[in-house]
Amino acid sequence: MKAIKPNYIPYILGYIFSLVLTINAFVAVTQAQNGLTTSLFILLVGLAIGQLIVQVLFFLHLGRESKPRWNGLAFITMIMVVLFIVVGSIWIMNNLNYNMMGDHASDMIIKDEGLKRE
Amino acid sequence: MSQHVAHLDQQKDTETVSLGFWLYLMTDCLLFATLFATFAVLRGNTAGGVSGQDIFDMNYVLIQTIALLTSSVTSGFALITARAKMYTASILWLFVTILFGASFLLLELQEFRTLFADGHGWHMSAFLSAFFTLVGTHGAHITAGLIWAIVLIVALVRKGITPRYVKNLTLFTMFWHFLDIIWIFIFTFVYAIGSLL
Repeated sequence: MKAIKPNYIPYILGYIFSLVLTINAFVAVTQAQNGLTTSLFILLVGLAIGQLIVQVLFFLHLGRESKPRWNGLAFITMIMVVLFIVVGSIWIMNNLNYNMMGDHASDMIIKDEGLKRE
Repeated sequence: MSQHVAHLDQQKDTETVSLGFWLYLMTDCLLFATLFATFAVLRGNTAGGVSGQDIFDMNYVLIQTIALLTSSVTSGFALITARAKMYTASILWLFVTILFGASFLLLELQEFRTLFADGHGWHMSAFLSAFFTLVGTHGAHITAGLIWAIVLIVALVRKGITPRYVKNLTLFTMFWHFLDIIWIFIFTFVYAIGSLL
């Protein structure tokens, strides 16, 4: 086994970037005046994805393995399935809630979608 | 020459094993995805009880986040020092990793304890059930990781830096970084967004 000189730089860079992104998210949330606005939501999701990319590149070193790149391929497939599960669940369940509002459901749907009663 | 071949074999072996472990991590992501989806769907169903805004303390969560992030980085240091055959440094960094990881876990248990003491247990509403399941599953992974790290320290003390040790340490750091990445999403979607809703 050959000794490999330790290279701390990727970890320290990843640490600094992650800290900055976390503290940005923290400040954005604690300073928020009007609850969760769309722009704040997009900012928070953006910061999380930024940190995901930083840690995958600097800590997990994805993209440095030899070809064929099974790790990267599995990673992309995982992201896709995760999006299907999460976005799909939220979408379907909201739709279900919307269509099962009880006695006034049909009135509200008619009003919401601009339909006319026969 | 034969030593060189052995070295290449070993490198190949580590790559194959870490690909297998990587595939496990990807499927573990799917487990967390279903728990995140459940939480997203049920977060409003508080059954007249507390919502995220009432129980989440961002200062507390920030300390937890920094503890786990630091632990993730120091586990990387333990790996690169082990590859450099720096025995003492590797033990030291692993020890620091356990220290920060255990602090994170204790903070989480303390949070759960306070919630239970205040009457906001997992059985009070769908929101709390989803919350405890998601965050608790992450905590269970952290517990497993801490046990793994302790086993690695014992192996290191007993046998020194062997190729087998470096291989296992490589897998452990992958697991540990992965748990930190999951935590980023718990931090964002459960705590940060939850404290605003």
